[in-house]
Formats: sequence, structure tokens, C-alpha cells
Amino acid sequence: MTAVGADQRQQMAYVATQAADARLNVEIETEGMTLNIGPQHPATHGTLRLVARLDGEQVVEAEPIMGYMHRGYEKLAEVRTYPQVTTLINRIDWLGSFANEVPFILAAEKLMEVEAPPRAQWIRTALFELSRIANITLFLGDMAVQLGALTPVFMAFRDREFVLNQIEAATGGRFHPNFDRIGGLKDDLPKGWIDDTKQAMEKIRDFCDEFEELVLGNEIFQARSRGIGIIPPDVGLSFGLSGANIRASGVDWDLRRDGHEALVYDQLDWKVWTHPDGDSFARYWVRLQETREATHMVDQLLDGIPSGPIMAKVPRIIKVPAGEAYAATENPLGEMGYYIVSKGDLVPFRVKIRSASFSNISITPWLLKGVYVPDIITILASLYFILGDIDR
Amino acid sequence: MSPAAVLSGLLAVEVPYWASSVIKLGVVALLVPTAALVLGYVFLLKMMSFMQSRLGPMEAGPYGTLQLLADGLKFIQKEDIFPEKADRTVFALAPLVVLISTFLIYVVIPTGPDAVVAQLDVGIFYALAVSSLSVVGILMAGWASANKYALMGGLRAAGQLIAYELPLVLAVMGVVIQAGTLDLQKIVAAQAQGEIFGWDGIGNPFILTQFAGFFIFLVAVQAELTQPPFDMPVAESEIVGGYQVEYTGFRFLFFFMGEFGTAFAFAALAAVLFLGGWALPWGDLEHWAFNIAGPAIMLVKVLAVAALIFWFRFTYPRLREDQLQRMAWKFLIPLSLANIVVTGIFKVAL
Repeated sequence: MTAVGADQRQQMAYVATQAADARLNVEIETEGMTLNIGPQHPATHGTLRLVARLDGEQVVEAEPIMGYMHRGYEKLAEVRTYPQVTTLINRIDWLGSFANEVPFILAAEKLMEVEAPPRAQWIRTALFELSRIANITLFLGDMAVQLGALTPVFMAFRDREFVLNQIEAATGGRFHPNFDRIGGLKDDLPKGWIDDTKQAMEKIRDFCDEFEELVLGNEIFQARSRGIGIIPPDVGLSFGLSGANIRASGVDWDLRRDGHEALVYDQLDWKVWTHPDGDSFARYWVRLQETREATHMVDQLLDGIPSGPIMAKVPRIIKVPAGEAYAATENPLGEMGYYIVSKGDLVPFRVKIRSASFSNISITPWLLKGVYVPDIITILASLYFILGDIDR
Repeated sequence: MSPAAVLSGLLAVEVPYWASSVIKLGVVALLVPTAALVLGYVFLLKMMSFMQSRLGPMEAGPYGTLQLLADGLKFIQKEDIFPEKADRTVFALAPLVVLISTFLIYVVIPTGPDAVVAQLDVGIFYALAVSSLSVVGILMAGWASANKYALMGGLRAAGQLIAYELPLVLAVMGVVIQAGTLDLQKIVAAQAQGEIFGWDGIGNPFILTQFAGFFIFLVAVQAELTQPPFDMPVAESEIVGGYQVEYTGFRFLFFFMGEFGTAFAFAALAAVLFLGGWALPWGDLEHWAFNIAGPAIMLVKVLAVAALIFWFRFTYPRLREDQLQRMAWKFLIPLSLANIVVTGIFKVAL
């Protein structure tokens, strides 16, 4: 071992001070903050809870915690007869209730091997699109209010009313129609409904034009939503995203066109809207175009309703033969499907509900890494979930 | 005796110093809540409702005019809640600090040749200085609430108010250069007695030459008031009211009065600086009748400016905090500096 030279001692002293400085710097490094967003938070429109670890205003990681509104519909469905189940599942996505009933009824019809008469199918499809409009118009206002613009949401509520009135006129229920039946529909359309609905569609088209300028054209809205929460198509698909969320990432996939259900979309002239960007702006844009497209579809449906019965021949007491069936439709929020297992009883043996929001929200931990707190709200709003659709 | 003579006689009465001080205190103390009520009713309750296809309150009083009084009474009845971990003294003082800064602005706003509480040589400087006191109160509220959302709101407010103090002052500089004085009364007189290329039909309201300054002033005021599109400190959908989140009852009422009282005060400052204040370009500025007509003229101009401010508030979405800072430092401040340079060149050249 050699003696330590003077210059070496100096060097070691320098290293020691450096190390001491480094320790000090480590000690005064600030800890992150854990922010609990929800379950009682205006931006989670319901009871979603988001635990976000923050570094300043930047999110290190965020985890959605759901289940605060779990109502056990899958279990409840096991002790209810098939017609009774529609009352329950109306309340899954409460903004577009009628659309919830359709895939369940379609799955049950598959098992029973009945098919609704053409008139029922056309009206069913028209009501399906009406509930899509009722659902998405609210999103168009809601995302603006999440970004701080107070007025659009009131306009959305105002114009959504025209559609709700038509749904109420046809079904008797504004929010929860409970109108779809195995083998057809509960009632025929009331007198004058078709003309009134066409007028309502005019108003919704005006609403879409107005929002395209008021919200999409606003520089601040663009600054807040463009490039925020970008979902690449492969990542979106691997998380099971569906609906407008995945179409906004450029994936041309729509169950109305690509599905195999007994609705009459193949007889209509319409197109699937996609956007290549995959950001929050694209999701808003796609939903706006879809709303406008839906009004054109409703117009065509109203013109094409054939005459005939609205109910197929089904027994008064419905016993579904044993078997399994899955039916999925393109609901306002995305793919919604019901997997029914029947043992030939009055009640289903097991119902598995595949709801869109549950899968759509699962991407949030991936998506929220590194964004700022205000962008959490933008991203959550643009993913557009309904709490009832997540928790069921 | 004619009524005019009676009035001028009344106004000519010499009042002792203590009495005039009491009267002035009373006027300011009454003016702030009244201003908050007027703006709250006309814009927050009615204009916003009409823009959103609703009627707004219609039941309390004729056409809902007494709604805010009813709300105020309700706030006073509420329990005064302190959060468990709050710093009680600071928590209680914070709304008062905000409200006091509002009261102090009103001291220098002129509404007539004699109808002003204190005519200061540095009037506009004083007004902008005391208006920025409110940031202390907001920071106190955010810190003392012992709430993460409140803390974030308070810090956002601090960053924002400091960033926008600068364009606010720089925007006013153009007016000060053109008028050659910091005294608000003299700024009013300069506009009333000014002329546009030799034509003195409407005087020379500074909005005509200082339109860039007016624009910057309005934007900065919007940020100072923490209103959309700059309402990040109180963003309901993000941080649920920010620094106000733990406040209830009359302390919350103080914040409300502070917000709308300050909106009124800034609208009045904008009216004085850019729209000619209480004066009309015709007639003698020293005439006693302006003490009666001045406040009415001011009110019209204040409501016009406030309508602009609140129109932005009800229409625009909210910027993000970093975008707000970028806008202040990279756009508004260079623009206002350029405005000062151009104003200076014209001032020297003409």
C-alpha cells in the first residue's frame, strides 16, 4: 500500500464534498403527491375514482378504481325472466337506454330462433340510432364543459330534448323505454311520429353545424385537445377499445357494418367516420360526424319502414331453449354484447355483459402517464364513459 | 329657487373633514356589495341564462332581481366550518384580505369632478398595486385550507396573477404616456379635451389610439379575475373550485363579493382609461352637474366593458396553465412593449 500523495488527498476531499452535496440533494428532493380524484368529483360524472401520483402538476401514474356503483346486474338477471331483464339493462348506459336492450333481445332471439318482422326491425334500428343521438349530443356538450366552456352543455341539453321527446312519444319512456321485446316491439308507432322525428333530425343537424363552429372551431378547444391523449391504433386494439374511441385512431371498424346482427344497416346508405390522429380532438370530431350521420340514417329509416306486423309469433310465457348465444351491437359508447347461457328455463342461467366503457376506461393508466392534471380531465371526457356502463 | 340651484347650494356646503371621511367610507362600503350585486344579477344570472336558453331566477322579486340578496342571506345563515387541519387564523383572514384589496381599488375611481374618494397623483399606479394584493389572500386561502385541491388552486392563482400583472401594467403605460399623467382625473380630462386630427367632436377617448392596450388590458383583467378562459385557479371540472373549495357561508360570500366587486372595479378602470370615464366631451368639466351625471355615465360605460368581460367568460373554454403562461410571456408582454414604443414615438414626433 502506497502513501497517499497530497494531490490525491485533495482529489479525495473533493469527491467527499461532492458526495455530501449529492446526499443533501437527495434528502431535500420533494416527494410526489397522491391526489384522489373522485369518487365525488364533477369530472368523473358518476363515481369513478382515480388515484393519481403527481409530481407537481404532472401525473407519474394514475389508476382508475371502479366498482362504487356496482349494482350486480349480471347476478340479478339470473333471477328474472327474459322480459324482466330489459328493465334492468335499460339502466346500464342510461343516456342511450334503448340501445342497451337491443343486443340482449337479439341474443335471446338467436336462442329462440325467432326473427322480428321487418317493420319491427326497421323501427328498432331507428330507435337505436335515436338513442345514439340522445347519448352523443350530451357528450358533445359535456366535453366542452369539462374544458371550461359553460354554454355548450346547455345547448346540448336543449336540443337533446327534441330527440328524447320522440323516444318518449314512441315508447312511453324518456330515459328508460323498456320497449324491445323478444320477437318484435311492444307497440307500433303513434300517428304523426315520422314527420315529427324528421323535424327533430333537422334540429339535430343544425345543432351539429353549430357545434362544429362553436366548439371544434375554437382555438382554445383545439389547443386543449389536439395532441392530448393520443392512442395509437395497435395500443387501442390491445386494450379492447371500441366505438368512436378506436375509430378516432384510424381503425375502420364498426359493428353496424361489420357485425352480423339482424338490424337493417345493410340497407342504408351511410359511411363509417374515422380520424387518423387518435387524440382527444379526433374523438370529439368522430362523435360529432357520427351524430350527423345518424340523423341521415334515421331519415332513411323513417322513409323505408315497411308495413306489416310488429311482433313475430312467440309464446306468451317465454321459455328460452337450452344453449348459448352472443350478440353484440355498435352502441353509442362502443361494442356492447350479451352472452346468454340458457338451461331451457324461464330465467337465463348466466348473462355476461360486455359493456364498452369498462374496456374503454382500462386504457387510462397507460394513457395518463406524464400528462398534466388538466389533461386528465380532457382525456377522461374524450374517452366518454358512463359510470353505469363501467360498473353495471 | 329652482331645483338646480338647490342642488348646487347643497353641493357647495362645506363639510368638515371628519364628516366627509365618514361619508366617503360609507359610499365605498356600500358601493362594493352593490356593484357585486349588479354585475352578479345582470350578467351571471341573466345574461348567462339568456345565452344558455334559460330564464334564470324568476321567483325572488320582480324578474328575479332579489335572488342574490336571498342567496346572500342564505350564506350568512350557514355554519362557519373550519377544516380540521386548517390553519385557523390564516384561513379566517384570507377572504378578508381579498375583499380589502377590492375595497381599496374603489378609493381612486373618479365618478365626477368632486365625486371621488381620494384624488391621488399616482392614482392608476395605486389602483393596480392594491388590486394585486388579492393574490396574497388567495395564496393564504390555498395554503391554510389543508387541502390538495386548494393548494393547487392557490399556487396556480399565484403564478397566474403575477404573470398577468405585467401585461396589465404595461398596457396601461401606453395611456399614461399619451395622457402624460398617472392621475385618473387628469386622464379623464385629457380624453375629454383631446381632439382627433383637430376635430374635437367626441374628444379623444384613448381606445381609438390605444386599441392594442385596451385589448391587452381586457385579456389581463380576465386573468386577474380568474374568469374563463383563464379560470384554472378555480376550475370546477379539474380542481373543484381551487382555493375556495373548503370555504362555506359568509367567508365564501366574501370571495364572491371580491370577485364581482373586482370585476366592477376593473371595468371602471377600463372605462376611465380607455372610454373617457365620467366626462362628456361637451361642456365644462368643472361644472357641478357632472357630480350627478358622472356616476350615471360611468355606469353605462362600466356595464358595456363588463358585458365584454362576461361574454368571454360564458363562451370560451379554459386554457391550460402552461399555455396561459406562454401567452402572457411570449405574446402579451412583447405586444404591450411594442405598444409602448409606438406610443412613445408618436408622442415625441407629434
